[in-house]
Amino acid sequence: MKVEILNPAVEFHDTTVSYDRKPVLWNIDMTLPQGSLIGIIGPNGAGKSTLIKAAMGLLPLASGYVKIFDGDLDEHRKRVSYVPQRESVDWDFPTSAIDIVLMGRYAHIGLLGRISKKDRSLAMDCLEQVGMQAFAKRQISQLSGGQQQRVFLARALAQQADLYFMDEPFAGVDASTESAILNILRNLTQEGKTVIVVHHDLQSAAEFFDWIVLLNMRLIASAPIENVFTQNLLQETYGGKLTLLSEISELIKKRNIPSRENY
Amino acid sequence: MDDIYIILVASLFSISCGLLGSFLILRRMAMVGDAISHAVLPGIVIAFLISGSRDSFEMIIGAALLGLITSFLIEFFHKKANLQTDAAIGVTFTWLFALGIILISVFAGQVDLDQECVLYGEIAYVPLDLWITDAGLNMGPKALYVSAFILAAVIIFLSFGYRYLHITTFDSAFAASIGISIGLWHYLLMGMVSMTTVAAFDSVGAILVVALFVVPAATSYLLTRKLKSMLLMTVLLSFLNSFLGYYLASTINGSISGAIASTSGVFFLLAFLFSPIDGIWIKAIKRNFDKSKNTSKTKFNKIFKE
Amino acid sequence: MESIWKFISLSDPNIISVVIGSVLITASSAVVGTFSFLKKKALVGDAVAHAVLPGICLAFILSGNKNPIYIIIGAFITGWLSLIIIDIITKKSKLKEDTAIALVLSVSFAIGILMLTAIQHSGNASQSGLQSFLFGKAAALIGRDLIMFSVVAVILLLMVVLFFKELKLIAFDESFANTIGLPVKALNLLLTSLIVMAVVTGIQAVGVVLMAAILITPAAAARFWTDDLVKMIILAAIIGAFSGWAGSLVSYVAPRMPTGPWIVMVVSIIALISFFIAPKKGIISKQLELAKLRASILEENLLKELYRMGEKDMNTSNAYTLDLLTMQRHFPIKYLKPALRRLLKKSLVFKEGNKWSLSEQGHQKGKRIVKLHRLWELYLSTYLKIAPDHVHEDAETIEHIITPELESRLEKLLDFPKKDPHDRKIPY
Repeated sequence: MKVEILNPAVEFHDTTVSYDRKPVLWNIDMTLPQGSLIGIIGPNGAGKSTLIKAAMGLLPLASGYVKIFDGDLDEHRKRVSYVPQRESVDWDFPTSAIDIVLMGRYAHIGLLGRISKKDRSLAMDCLEQVGMQAFAKRQISQLSGGQQQRVFLARALAQQADLYFMDEPFAGVDASTESAILNILRNLTQEGKTVIVVHHDLQSAAEFFDWIVLLNMRLIASAPIENVFTQNLLQETYGGKLTLLSEISELIKKRNIPSRENY
Repeated sequence: MDDIYIILVASLFSISCGLLGSFLILRRMAMVGDAISHAVLPGIVIAFLISGSRDSFEMIIGAALLGLITSFLIEFFHKKANLQTDAAIGVTFTWLFALGIILISVFAGQVDLDQECVLYGEIAYVPLDLWITDAGLNMGPKALYVSAFILAAVIIFLSFGYRYLHITTFDSAFAASIGISIGLWHYLLMGMVSMTTVAAFDSVGAILVVALFVVPAATSYLLTRKLKSMLLMTVLLSFLNSFLGYYLASTINGSISGAIASTSGVFFLLAFLFSPIDGIWIKAIKRNFDKSKNTSKTKFNKIFKE
Repeated sequence: MESIWKFISLSDPNIISVVIGSVLITASSAVVGTFSFLKKKALVGDAVAHAVLPGICLAFILSGNKNPIYIIIGAFITGWLSLIIIDIITKKSKLKEDTAIALVLSVSFAIGILMLTAIQHSGNASQSGLQSFLFGKAAALIGRDLIMFSVVAVILLLMVVLFFKELKLIAFDESFANTIGLPVKALNLLLTSLIVMAVVTGIQAVGVVLMAAILITPAAAARFWTDDLVKMIILAAIIGAFSGWAGSLVSYVAPRMPTGPWIVMVVSIIALISFFIAPKKGIISKQLELAKLRASILEENLLKELYRMGEKDMNTSNAYTLDLLTMQRHFPIKYLKPALRRLLKKSLVFKEGNKWSLSEQGHQKGKRIVKLHRLWELYLSTYLKIAPDHVHEDAETIEHIITPELESRLEKLLDFPKKDPHDRKIPY
């Protein structure tokens, strides 16, 4: 099930991504619409995070290309925001919530430019939007998991981007944080922004998103939500790996085979 | 006067090391710093043989290059040969250090470095090596100028690079996503670490320079909650260690750099136990306090119910 | 020359104790080091090596003499303590392991140096030997050292043999060892004690700084040659022993040369060579394999294109000129000619005049590649739902990778299809 659209926010063209030389995503080819809240769903090890890392240029592509707003990522970097998984950073780092949010302004002011009053008040606004203004000066290790996730979201808001990639923003957060985050994401899409979220829970996905990408090493579906939750597609996504595909992946890794060879 | 020179040189080197070391420990690269500090030895010997002096500018840069090569080699063995990082570090630095010692033995007549000096330096000789201008004017110890120059370089590097280092250290994926080169800042930091190590080598030696990098920074890390206050605290501690260490050394007539590093260990121990933020003693008290609050509540209830 | 022969023949009794001592130490350290390497604790040995110094000095200050028993007890205690402190720091504070190691290593060494220099300056006459712990004194080993080294080596080897299975498990998968009810804590304790013991004796040969090398470098080198633990341990021990022997040789022949650093130099060179040339895992071997793979891909592509041209002309034994071949698909001339020559040699192709055609064998091979290409295209479009116009490029790579076993599974999975997604016939 694949619905293609015109004028997409992101276009993946035959994208194969390898991790440690082993292909983990095969030939992803899809277009994702602007102004939607998009969920990337699939079992563990399906390559969900890999997909958005590849889109952000954090992992090299073995083949194919990714276009952001019909152009190169570098042309539109300021319009794109990436929120890594919460566990990927060391929260013992000696810094305060507001400092993290101000990082979201770095791309705009340049790394040597001064942080203006406007940037500061914008950062405070963003903290307020996520309900964290009271914690601005708090050291980040003193925040709960949900609060840390909110700070990450505030940083993304401070980037004032048009396209957001978020890696598991709902993982391990409490119910109130979950609904707060969801509200903010919905507001963003209402302003015409595109939000692409890696999500692990099938149940809540049905309520959260308006476009779903089903992934398991390969693309299974990319379509508006009403077209996706069918028995067949879910079975295909969660019904185990394609053993032949996994074995070929292993073989490529073991034999150290270059991803593309054209002579 | 000699006392002041020694304390000053020690402080200036300690502060440079501590500032850079703060980033090393936050990046989990303390042992890479350790490796670099050992591996620059052959660079120092070779640069010494070529330039004939031990504190020329060219020598510092030349030997520092070897520090950069070391961090490159560690990465190379890790990525290209799939050797685990800790083993890559261990193999690389011991190999280069052995090479350095062998070179010293081969050129024993031409290189004014003895083996022990390599391990713990000889800062007590600092006041003897004076910078005397062509006109015969005594400008004070050379090491003072070298250490001041290095500190200036470190401060300039940090004031320009602070935001880059902050962001690449805390969240490298985010930094890369806004277009910052992670590799560039990694190697810039390694370059500064190498340069500082080489410059401080004469005074504090290969192993004790590691203490200057790591210990005050780790102590401040336990005492503060913000990167800027951590850096300031490191500066303060580095100075204090040098000052107290010097007097400890003269009291028991031992190695000055050894005493400075030992003093820093004492401060670390104090912070580890009694830091108001993370000290284990404070944590234990808090736990007991919570417990006794609960038990006193039940006692209270009991008494009044009876 | 004469001195080399004298060394090798062990005719000088002094040489015997130096050689046997060095070899015992390096070989037994390498055996213990293999486990710390596999447990990814390579740098812990380094910390222990530095931390024994204050113990040695303290023992000297307290006992007032250089009795090796006191010295070893002192070294053992502080070496052990350093590991406990590293553990406490990592568990009880937000500091990470690397910082804890660097911290304990440098501070305990500093305390050692402070004591050592204080002892030296106090003018105590019998202190002269303490320095040998900094850089080792392999060249000056004597009979008494030898007895101790042999005892330690025997204990280390005996423990490793006795607890081999258990140590193997905790080195590879500690949590699994836990679940099957092994006393993981006690075993870790044992391994730590063995490491401390190896270090305490080893630093007398190579010194504080280079101790880490004789622990882990042989293991790192051996890892490149084998995947089998027993073979790895034996190989590490041999590499360690050889370096011990070679290091003593160098310093015997050139007496100015320090033994310890030369032992480390030899073992490092062996490790570096292994990193590059070891079969399968070495960097050069990987590059060679890649070049070989590239060559065979090119050959297969040539066979495939010849087959496809024949297929189009309904006669797969047709002969074609190079011009026609390169029109069909672009081959860089630089690679094309050598590849054709190789095919000719294997008699997979024939050459008549300037025309090339497939032999019977070449025909079979070409057909197989075409078949795999089309099968894979079909697999991608049925199982991965990839549009037919997007499957070709991927199949270009995969056709060269599929093994005969995967080939037959692919055929069965797709039920021996007749046509690929482009409606071309799949040849069997």
